[in-house]
Amino acid sequence: MSQPGASASLDQTVVATASTKNQANSRDIPLVKVKDPWFVPRVGLSARRNRVLGIASFLLPLLIWFAISYLPFLWHPNIKITEPGDVSYFKAGMQIERERFESEYAKLVTSGGELPQGEPSNPVYLPAPHEVATALYTSFTTEPRRKSEQWFHESLWHSITIIFWGFTLSSLVGVPLGVLCGTYAAVSRLQEPFIEFFRYLPAPAFGALAVAILGIHDAPKIAIIFIGTFFQQVLVIANTTRKLDTALIEAAMTLGSSRLALLFKVVIPGVLPDLYRDLRILLGWAWTYLIVAELIGTSSGITWFITQQARYKNFENVFAAIIIIGIIGLVTDMLLARLGRRFFPWDRSGDKQAAHA
Amino acid sequence: MNVVPAYQQQTTDVRQRFDTLKQRDVTLQVQNLSKSFSINDGTVTALSNVSFEVHRREFMTVIGPSGCGKSTLIRILAGLEFASSGVVKLNGEQVSGPGPDRGMVFQTYTLFPWLTVKKNVMFGLRNLGVSDTLAQKEAMQWIDLVGLDRFANHYPHQLSGGMKQRVAIARALAAKPRILLMDEPFGALDAQTRAKMQSYLLEIWRNIDITIVFITHDLDEAIFLADRILVLKANPGEVQELIEVPVPRPRLASQMLETPFLSTRQHIGELIHPPVSEEDDLPGVIRMTPVGDDVEPQW
Repeated sequence: MSQPGASASLDQTVVATASTKNQANSRDIPLVKVKDPWFVPRVGLSARRNRVLGIASFLLPLLIWFAISYLPFLWHPNIKITEPGDVSYFKAGMQIERERFESEYAKLVTSGGELPQGEPSNPVYLPAPHEVATALYTSFTTEPRRKSEQWFHESLWHSITIIFWGFTLSSLVGVPLGVLCGTYAAVSRLQEPFIEFFRYLPAPAFGALAVAILGIHDAPKIAIIFIGTFFQQVLVIANTTRKLDTALIEAAMTLGSSRLALLFKVVIPGVLPDLYRDLRILLGWAWTYLIVAELIGTSSGITWFITQQARYKNFENVFAAIIIIGIIGLVTDMLLARLGRRFFPWDRSGDKQAAHA
Repeated sequence: MNVVPAYQQQTTDVRQRFDTLKQRDVTLQVQNLSKSFSINDGTVTALSNVSFEVHRREFMTVIGPSGCGKSTLIRILAGLEFASSGVVKLNGEQVSGPGPDRGMVFQTYTLFPWLTVKKNVMFGLRNLGVSDTLAQKEAMQWIDLVGLDRFANHYPHQLSGGMKQRVAIARALAAKPRILLMDEPFGALDAQTRAKMQSYLLEIWRNIDITIVFITHDLDEAIFLADRILVLKANPGEVQELIEVPVPRPRLASQMLETPFLSTRQHIGELIHPPVSEEDDLPGVIRMTPVGDDVEPQW
């Protein structure tokens, strides 16, 4: 009891002398540095730590990529030849495994002759960050090799329209059906057993069939995205709808709602924010079906661009295309999240910031 | 002549109140209500032969040990569940299924989260076909009555638990029910808020023409609010006694320390928790023995 009291009064005297010296507010309370541990289960982080870690999550993989690309002793399993010397099959700019280079080099040292020169390099499929960074720009400006081929932005746009139509058509049918399944047991029993069966069939398996029925252009691609999304969508949305608190429906019943009003004035507005969140997640799934869909029939869109560039060994363009898909996905999701907050001001399950507002 | 127990002794005031109460119309009539569920092996009887009457503008509370079927009872009254046998009549007409003539306030918060306070209160009115402008006007009157006019445009998540239940009461009353069914509406609230809400509810009830059936498991709440208390017993749920509360109105917190209140409380307490006889073997008691005979227990 006396110990803490003594130390407190000691602190006060220290503060008092300090403030009389400064002629400042004498009632300053000494700041206590509180320990703020990083790893506590289910406890959120400060805004600063959130920001720092968010940036770090992108920086860490970048850092690894930088290190592997620019620190030769880390990996660099190949030698890029600058001077072929007297080795018959070496050419300037050619990449060759380090062991092979060294054995040829040793042969020439013993037999005499002009020695080949080279510098360590990574395989061609791992371009360095600066190459990819330039490709992010140049991939848009590079003219297609053949007149019939598309520019990068054209193939990107083509992919986006495929996704859009596949996902929109699926949602137009899947969302209402899912809500009905989640609301009425009769609809659920009539639909869900078959859908449960169908959703285990991999969408790409329908590729050949889709081409046979719908031709070789965009229609079968849209169909693959539809098949990949639709069946999951119905089940996910039915489950979300089922999670609506039954007491809300009962309350509406005691307030004289008709059966139809229960659906349109209680169930649908009640599940709307969660439904919107589901659609955001499902849109991500639709992107994963895109690559398969675009290989069906005539190859097109971003997938065509990627395979074509890989064939030309322009791997920096391949990486650029992949990164751009990621950016499109991330940006649309952030945009949709922001829109969601505007659409559903009453919903606070999505984020903590809305709760503070 | 038999000695009248303390909880049955009524002052002239109180007796007169009950006399006039019983002369009023019967709003709710429950006759031989039974409800049994079938589960895996056999049936469970939740309610058995429950009969009672509630008069117009009466405040009746229903109390009983857990498992006595009081929630089942009120859900049957609301039409959210169906009785296995028996009849429920409202103003002489048999009811089946839920309807706006029986308003309900639930224990859980059931305000529609996507509607503002005002729109929530308007919900029942709109169902009745009242025009939007008129519904708004009426809703605001009810919101004023529960003292939340400043929060008319707030969403439910911005309100405290007590405020949410006040809105729920306003919403139920706005639909102009003949009877208000309340299923432990203050069960989730803290003690102070609960006490405030009880006074609030009595004030509202005094000012409008409404009959209330109120379920609770809290003895004080049951006595403080009620004209009459329906005491149920468990397994199966049967009516044990219908008690006329001898506490005069208006009710005040100070009455909770006076004889009429205390004697009623003691009587219901005995009904709900029958005394445990000394000879009963209590299977729940386990003798804790130390590890070895030479070790003294540490506690």
